Amino acid sequence: MASAPVPAGTARGAGSRRSAWWAWLGLTPFAAYVLLFLALPTVLALASGLFTKTGAFTWSNLSALVDPAVLSTFASSTWVSLLTAIVGAVVGALVCYALLGMNPEGAVRQSVDAAAGVLAQFGGVMLAFAFIATIGVQGIITTLLKDSFGVNIFEGGTWIYEVPGLLLPYIYFQVPLMVITFMPALAALKPQWAEANATLGGTRASFWLHIGFPVLAPSFLASLLLLFANAFSSYATAAALISQGSQIVPLQIRAALTSETVLGRENLAGALALGMIIVVGVVMALYSLIQRRAARWQA
Amino acid sequence: MTAPLPRTQDNALLADAGEGTAVQLQGIVKSYSGNTVLHGVDLDIAPGEFVSLLGPSGCGKTTLLRVLAGLEGSDSGAVLLGGKDVSRVPTNKRDIGMVFQSYSLFPHLRVVENTAFGLRRRGVGKADAAKRALDALALVGLEEHADKFPHQLSGGQQQRVALARALVTEPKVLLLDEPLSALDAKVRVQLRDEIRRIQLRLGITTVFVTHDQEEALAVSDRIAVMSAGRIEQIGSPEELYGAPATASVAAFVGLSSVVGGTADGASVEVWGQTLPLQTPATGAVDVYLRPENVVFAEGADAAARGTVEESTFLGSMRRTVVRTDAGERVTVQHSPGIRPAFGDAVGIALLGEPVAARPRR
Amino acid sequence: MNSLAPSRLTRWIIGILVGAFFAIPLISTFLYTLHDPKGGMSWVNWHKLIDPAFASTLQPIWTGLGNSLVLAVVTVVIVLVLLAPTMILVHLRFPRLRPVFEFLALLPISIPAIVLVVGLSPIYLQIARMLGTGTWTLAFAYGITVLPFAYRAIQASIDAADLRTLSEAARTLGAGWPTVVIKVLAPNLRQGLLAASLISVAVVLGEFTIASLLNRQVFQTAMVVVRNQDPYLPAIFTLLALLLVFVLLLIIGRAARGHRKARS
Repeated sequence: MASAPVPAGTARGAGSRRSAWWAWLGLTPFAAYVLLFLALPTVLALASGLFTKTGAFTWSNLSALVDPAVLSTFASSTWVSLLTAIVGAVVGALVCYALLGMNPEGAVRQSVDAAAGVLAQFGGVMLAFAFIATIGVQGIITTLLKDSFGVNIFEGGTWIYEVPGLLLPYIYFQVPLMVITFMPALAALKPQWAEANATLGGTRASFWLHIGFPVLAPSFLASLLLLFANAFSSYATAAALISQGSQIVPLQIRAALTSETVLGRENLAGALALGMIIVVGVVMALYSLIQRRAARWQA
Repeated sequence: MTAPLPRTQDNALLADAGEGTAVQLQGIVKSYSGNTVLHGVDLDIAPGEFVSLLGPSGCGKTTLLRVLAGLEGSDSGAVLLGGKDVSRVPTNKRDIGMVFQSYSLFPHLRVVENTAFGLRRRGVGKADAAKRALDALALVGLEEHADKFPHQLSGGQQQRVALARALVTEPKVLLLDEPLSALDAKVRVQLRDEIRRIQLRLGITTVFVTHDQEEALAVSDRIAVMSAGRIEQIGSPEELYGAPATASVAAFVGLSSVVGGTADGASVEVWGQTLPLQTPATGAVDVYLRPENVVFAEGADAAARGTVEESTFLGSMRRTVVRTDAGERVTVQHSPGIRPAFGDAVGIALLGEPVAARPRR
Repeated sequence: MNSLAPSRLTRWIIGILVGAFFAIPLISTFLYTLHDPKGGMSWVNWHKLIDPAFASTLQPIWTGLGNSLVLAVVTVVIVLVLLAPTMILVHLRFPRLRPVFEFLALLPISIPAIVLVVGLSPIYLQIARMLGTGTWTLAFAYGITVLPFAYRAIQASIDAADLRTLSEAARTLGAGWPTVVIKVLAPNLRQGLLAASLISVAVVLGEFTIASLLNRQVFQTAMVVVRNQDPYLPAIFTLLALLLVFVLLLIIGRAARGHRKARS
């Protein structure tokens, strides 16, 4: 049980005030580290969009953000992230539901928790390889479908190496992330509410309709936002599957970093980074806002 | 401070108050993975009666209540409400009202919406349901808080809303599963009196589960003392207090001390003192002594001598446990002015009140 | 009895459908690695791991893996020597800073690696001048990447242990602060520190974005390079890495259960 926090410098006597200065000093290594490797790169990334290569201030890079080519990239990123977030959220919620009421220390819960942890962390590159091995041009399932059922899934083109090819791998890490994020909310549904609902004349269906879903809605929405941000930020899987091109925003940043002028603009990477951070930042801010509200009902 | 009940003519719930429904449990048997939790329990409750199920943790009282509610099924036996067998009827069709120990209220609904919930599930229109909900909230003195959310209320207030919610549908029977256990002591006393007052006024048959004997004694028409899946004794508070049927009942209700004595028909001899018996007995018996009937005495007045083992200050009185030279543990209830210390040598004697006794096995 | 819980049938249906979706790629990857160019299936690809003829093809992966392991170690050092003591300090001395710290620790989730790397580029140019272009310097960036995961693991431990009482007891018995942290507090945080370390190892082994765009050779970038020469080798290493991370997480889970048993 955590003890109640005592504000530094209050009734603990002169001792704490004397040592306060070295305590502040103790914070500096970490503060310096975070400043140097988190704050500074972020500022540099965002600010680079405002300067030309020669160091002159300019708005021209930012105007790239309304370039049709860039806008369509943002659109692609958005629909991929939204679709995989929704599918991931719904499937993940169903998995959480299937686990409801099972012993948290039992074998099933423990292995699903471990599996979810592993798969949510599954490095993007390795995920890409796994899917190439499965539904790539020479993949096991591709071959199986072609040889045994005469179905050629790549009839219309090798979509696996284009944006649609990202959908399945993304869902593969979205679902475990949802399970990890949403399980606490589902577990916080009190059986007493279901029982109260029964004593008051409600059915199982009316329970979910009037109590279950409304109470879970904020957490579900928050998790959905998290999944969206997660997919939007994702780079490795796309980089491994799509070797060239700028179909989604992270890939466009890659192109901007590895070739000097894309679309004839300098420091496009910085502008793109700014655009990306705005999207992800807004989503994450909404996420934490809703999450705090939802936590109130889970207590 | 509890507000008085609203006037009958102003309150739909009070105006509708009827005669209550009889409840019967017949031969209820229930096991969980090999353990028998209820051994064929029978219980007859008259219309409008307030019956408490009292006992320690694990005695089966909550399970019995949940079987009555339909939240659990029994392996065998029947549940009858108003003479009708409802054993196969699911909970939501039994027309009962239930208050849980905690987390009763739905967190996302306002107080009035929570209260009106049962009415809405029965098809009552929104405006009508809200009005009746407000009447129910007036009954528990919370109509001003109608638009608040549960997390804005105290524990005691939440349980009162839960009570209003259970009563607004005018159910056949009201079931309460340790509703006060999670509350502060002072709130507990206020709320239990309020529950009793409302229950009397509405005339609704009520079953109340608790492990607190003082609570049960204070509010019940009858108490069923349970132990290890059986009802050991059922009777009015006075009966249970004065004439416990078994050692566990005596131990559970009223803090008796058990000492050895010799009975001779209408009286029994304990430590050389003769006391009247509540029910006749002969031979070697276990005698149940109430703490308020044991006093400190000196010199020749002392019937037994012993040493003080512990002494607890309880505000208006003190309770001291004395181990007699014969090895028996006896509780003495006395004024707080006397402050025995651990290890003191004391003498005790018995007031001449009738005692209960059971033959020694 | 939990009246919310789904029926057994429902559990099984969901379990089988979702389980199949997740198992198929893994099984396929395994079957893929068994592909024999002469037709049919054999362990010929797995033999390449120890076959000297393929040593040069595999060399980038061994180099990359070695670099990643070094990076993992350095990152864990950063977590244990920089992050953990600071968290203890905040908990004991600056409880009001906790929300700030929490925000900070969760910030890397909101700032995608791909954005961060845009700003890390110039910084690493400077670092190259001072500390050389060794791959190990990436660990500085990785410490930030693992921050959210390590923070959550250690904070859970801190919340469960009563650090204030422990440190006060140790101090009244005459211990200096280094002794208190190393001999008294750390052992009680062992579970969280272990979890944070293992999660950091898992994240570092899987990291691609920053290494790739800063042109460093790590495990993941090596696999992409080798893929063009032999597509089966990366698949093999994917399975091995997955197995390793699974084992790491089981260890964390087992340690957590053992710890919980000891406490109750």
